[in-house]
Amino acid sequence: MQKYSIFNLVKNAFSNHQNWDLAWKDPTPKEEYDVVIIGGGGHGLATAYYLAKEHNITKVAIIEKGWIGGGNVGRNTTIIRSNYMHDENGLFSEFGMDLWRKMSQDLNYNVMFSPRGIINLAHSDAQMNAYARRGNSMRLNGIDAVLLNREQVKEIIPMADFSHNVRFPIFGGLMQPSAGTARHDAVAWGYARQADSMGVDIIQNCEVIGFDVSAGKINGIRTSRGNIKAKKVGLCVAGSTNILAEKLNMTLPIETHLLQACVSEPIKPVLDNVVTFGAGHFYVSQSDKGEMVMGGDLDGYNSYAQRGNLPTLQHVLTEGIAMMPFLSKLKMLRTWGGIMDMSMDGSPIIDKTHIEGLYLNCGWCYGGFKATPASGWTFAHTIAQDRVHELNAGYSLNRFSTGHLIDEKGLGTKTWIS
Amino acid sequence: MLYINCPHCGMRSQNEFSYGGDASVKRPKLNKEVSDQEWDNFVYNRKSLRGKHLELWQHISGCRQWIKVERDTATHEIFRTFKADEEVA
Repeated sequence: MQKYSIFNLVKNAFSNHQNWDLAWKDPTPKEEYDVVIIGGGGHGLATAYYLAKEHNITKVAIIEKGWIGGGNVGRNTTIIRSNYMHDENGLFSEFGMDLWRKMSQDLNYNVMFSPRGIINLAHSDAQMNAYARRGNSMRLNGIDAVLLNREQVKEIIPMADFSHNVRFPIFGGLMQPSAGTARHDAVAWGYARQADSMGVDIIQNCEVIGFDVSAGKINGIRTSRGNIKAKKVGLCVAGSTNILAEKLNMTLPIETHLLQACVSEPIKPVLDNVVTFGAGHFYVSQSDKGEMVMGGDLDGYNSYAQRGNLPTLQHVLTEGIAMMPFLSKLKMLRTWGGIMDMSMDGSPIIDKTHIEGLYLNCGWCYGGFKATPASGWTFAHTIAQDRVHELNAGYSLNRFSTGHLIDEKGLGTKTWIS
Repeated sequence: MLYINCPHCGMRSQNEFSYGGDASVKRPKLNKEVSDQEWDNFVYNRKSLRGKHLELWQHISGCRQWIKVERDTATHEIFRTFKADEEVA
């Protein structure tokens, strides 16, 4: 693999950049692999990368129905954070933060990680107390958290609505200064390029039609490009989890829902951080191109359509304008939707299943992108060692029947309850 | 915008409705011992079908009745609506 460096950049400039190696190959599926990862999104690509890097398992294929990075890893709002209260989520995400900080060097690919800080706004005394509690829990887990009062918030985001006649006045906020954003496509491409260079086959335009299971053990998969034998199979298919689960006769604590995001026209730098509205569900950051990147609630009903509906967008942006009135002056540039694997407690599942050799990675709800490296790392460990790592031990599939839910904010499928 | 034909009020926009999830889920009968697995299936596990999906909606800003809606989860097309206690063939 050609290293991306200033020297190679200069060298290739002499040939008008016509002679760069392909970032990854387009192999035909082999007959058999040690591990098949279904889903060429961020989590699947990261899993393959860490299987090769950490566990020296390189006879690996990634099977992707469309093209890699075409799903949620290219549809999210690129926010990276670990501002969780519960130990399971906090420790898992903070482990991921370390991987994010090293990622550009590790992958030799600039993922443009920008730790610009996230501020969750509070709009009542009770919410300030709740944020103080969450901030303390975070600090106990070694995660940075700063409780800001109204004046401190005003200094950082003076463009927010600090007038006194508003329905939801800003009382203060909780900030995680080390949180930030990254360039989402680069994350997928960086993992793909490195995985490919270590021998992983990235097989695109290949749909999984069925599974070959006998005597409670997985033997392989059936695809649109032929049967593939595999000792182990990992599912990393986010919103399509239920479709594949049906082929395995499994019913999961997951519903597939539609989540939208949008960006405004590009404007001059105005917002340095990621900011979330505390009296509803809205968040905003400014991209390097200057667009305001915004998102919020699910559309609210089961959906596999990767496109949204206007009433939800209107609702979300109403919250945005309540928080930062200047947003109403901006023209909308693009809106899009992705399908989310919404788990019933709002926390993910990374676990073994009742089928030997079949592993499950799903339930990422609103927060799949930031989890990409930690999810790939722990899922690779779970597959390679055939046992969960302590970081993902809490993300078990049977926690729903045993009652060990991780209800961080109660943000599962039933959004109206929160 | 979805338009839902409320069996009580007629065609209304989705803004008047709130979603209630899969309508095919049955609460376990309580006249016998109910296993953990049965409760699990009732409370948490969902098929989340791609295609025709029978689901509950509440006409919250209208007649406030719960209704059943048969809708395609891939195209969002709505085929039929029923009163909550109507059996769906």
